[in-house]
Amino acid sequence: MSVMQTPNGFQLDNGGTRVVVDPVTRIEGHMRCEVNLDENNVIRNAVSTGTMWRGLEVILKGRDPRDAWAFTERICGVCTGTHALTSVRAVEDALGIDIPENANSIRNVMQLTLQAHDHLVHFYHLHALDWVDVISALSADPKATSTLAQSISSWPLSSPGYFRDVQTRLKRFVESGQLGPFMNGYWGSPAYKLPPEANLMAVAHYLEALDFQKEIVKIHTVYGGKNPHPNWLVGGMPCAINVDGVGAVGAINMERLNLVSSIIDRTIDFIDRVYIPDLLAIASFYKDWTYGGGLSGTSVMSYGDIPDHANDNSAGNLLLPRGAIINGDLSKIHDVDLRDPEEIQEFVDHAWFRYKDESKGLHPWDGVTEPNYVLGPNAKGTSTRIEAVDEGAKYSWIKAPRWRGHAMEVGPLARWVIGYAQGNPEFKEPVEKVLTDLGLPLTALFSTLGRTAARGLEASWAAHKMRYFQDKLVANIKAGDTATANIEKWEPRTWPKRAKGVGTTEAPRGALGHWIVIEKGKIDNYQAVVPTTWNGSPRDPAGNIGAFEAALMNTPVAKAEEPLEILRTLHSFDPCLACSTHVMGPDGGEVMRVKVR
Amino acid sequence: MRDDCGYPRVLVLGIGNILWADEGFGVRCVEAMAGRYRFADHVTLLDGGTQGLYLVDQVRAADVLVVFDAVDYGLAAGELKRVEGEDVPKFLGAKKMSLHQTGFQEVLALAALLGDAPSHLLLVGVQPEMLEDFGGSLRPCVKAQIEPAVAVALAYLAGFGVVPLAEGVPAVPVEPPHPALNLRAYEAGRPSPADACRSGDARVLGRLELKAGNC
Repeated sequence: MSVMQTPNGFQLDNGGTRVVVDPVTRIEGHMRCEVNLDENNVIRNAVSTGTMWRGLEVILKGRDPRDAWAFTERICGVCTGTHALTSVRAVEDALGIDIPENANSIRNVMQLTLQAHDHLVHFYHLHALDWVDVISALSADPKATSTLAQSISSWPLSSPGYFRDVQTRLKRFVESGQLGPFMNGYWGSPAYKLPPEANLMAVAHYLEALDFQKEIVKIHTVYGGKNPHPNWLVGGMPCAINVDGVGAVGAINMERLNLVSSIIDRTIDFIDRVYIPDLLAIASFYKDWTYGGGLSGTSVMSYGDIPDHANDNSAGNLLLPRGAIINGDLSKIHDVDLRDPEEIQEFVDHAWFRYKDESKGLHPWDGVTEPNYVLGPNAKGTSTRIEAVDEGAKYSWIKAPRWRGHAMEVGPLARWVIGYAQGNPEFKEPVEKVLTDLGLPLTALFSTLGRTAARGLEASWAAHKMRYFQDKLVANIKAGDTATANIEKWEPRTWPKRAKGVGTTEAPRGALGHWIVIEKGKIDNYQAVVPTTWNGSPRDPAGNIGAFEAALMNTPVAKAEEPLEILRTLHSFDPCLACSTHVMGPDGGEVMRVKVR
Repeated sequence: MRDDCGYPRVLVLGIGNILWADEGFGVRCVEAMAGRYRFADHVTLLDGGTQGLYLVDQVRAADVLVVFDAVDYGLAAGELKRVEGEDVPKFLGAKKMSLHQTGFQEVLALAALLGDAPSHLLLVGVQPEMLEDFGGSLRPCVKAQIEPAVAVALAYLAGFGVVPLAEGVPAVPVEPPHPALNLRAYEAGRPSPADACRSGDARVLGRLELKAGNC
């Protein structure tokens, strides 16, 4: 048992009760979390472990760089498009390929579509259940629910009859045995604070959002040719534009462009009249739940994304801000250079890998992936069945990326803190409006709820920017420019013998980078540093804890055996775990193992 | 839901992650079926990957749904499992860590919750031998079940009067994986273990050695 101070400002105490939250899938899950609770059930030490190793070089080495996007699209079930975009950008960067203006606009519409869609689905279909008690909705008064809904939004589906129907449907569903919905929830937990009517309203919108989300992804079908797994292209986009065409297979005509335009209008409407009002209504009941800030008020980073014009990756051209804030100094935004070997480095002294000198980090272009699975002397259990890890030693399959030695939070809240600190009105004004509406100070932004709110604001921002780029695309086409791809350097014989590049995006869940080395026309090395590597990282040689661990610190847990508060904060990051297996079992499979010792 | 001509809308869906060995079975079945047969336009063959929740729309639009997938019914590795209608498990969990954990069972449950579950459902599954081999392909005993699985699906569809088109009849395009990911290219292009170490977690390694005798 010991108490220690981390360089990034946290006091860790690994005494008290150790609680292990281990989401178990058939292959032992991909992330587990262990915390130490003091005698008042407050988290005083948090340990985040990635439990599955993977690396892209394992599948990509020796393959054609022009195909890499198709593979990276498969590593993740949700961020397909964003990995593909990052990959084509890395190859274009390595080979010096410029893309046409239309391709930039189309890529932005697709990336923003993904942002809006992912945020919406994350809020309603994953995260809301941490705040909304579904079973409580069964006891709501539909008339009072209607009054509540009409008081917060002009959204038309709000009559007492509508909410009564939803309630009846939910009741029938709950009673239907095998279908028992949401069967593993901690329903009835004292951590749930919403009145039944707010719960019923949220359940109704859970269903509406589920129905609506299918519309948003149709944009990927138009521009990517198909969905799921839309097509991408090194050098541009694989869709031809022929505005006068009628129903030509594959070509974008006016009818298709108008379809996208109408979907964008409906997306803006749904987010601004359903998602945002729900977010504020739910938040208003949890204003005193101020936990989960972690690194968000001190150390945040974004690579920036959504270039206004093609082929210009300077910070001033990126509509999502690029930069880093350290030591809580919001008055200084540091620039981030992904090529500088001194800036982004990955450390492994607490990860199950081996470097020659583990006191130092390595830049991804120089990345080494040599496994070294050993448990520390204080670990409990065996190497094939770990009861508790030893966080003083190696304890995760995730490397620890650092920016100039600092552990950083990435994601919507990081982006919005940076935009706010820059004084950019697109970010600053919505943040101030939310804080004013809820009667909260700026410090409230640095919390689990702040992270959830930033995601909602970003969904709205993204939907409106979809409109901007769609209009820009149509105007450019009308001006006579229909180019969507540059194939000048398509043939490998036009490439240098050796080239390296980096591609980045701001994925919904944070900064994503792919680093590629191409040799004689084939992939020689491929390293991805994904957002959850940043947020879920283990400790580093200096003892800094990562964003997940920091965010869990000092949170009280109402019931140790139902650690809803832990899930709430981890979910607020929209963690991206290796989405690999979903094998069906007769009993439905995935369960959350919560061990309390 | 029937189309304008009264034909049942049929969705043949392959799900799973082709990068994780036998997890790719469902997608490979659709790839094989699409490579060999063509159908009229009320039949859709879809490579669903690991899209989970995002497949709910296609599922809701279907009257007859055939799903190929890796299944864990505790059978011998490579054994085929045919499950029909109400016997296909449906499940919703609220403690997921990630949207990525949305299983296909949840998609079925959500389609039902929205009042649009397919009227007819067939699951053609195989018991996987190996999942924990990132970048690997189907194990031989699982690969050998692609053809029988496709045959099971065709027999089921024939019960609805749905049969492949004859040679030369124009057909709608299907959605197999990208050409770089087709089974042969995927297997042939895999880096050797010497080029790119495949080993990982001891819990994974242990099973790899036990079952496949490689690293």
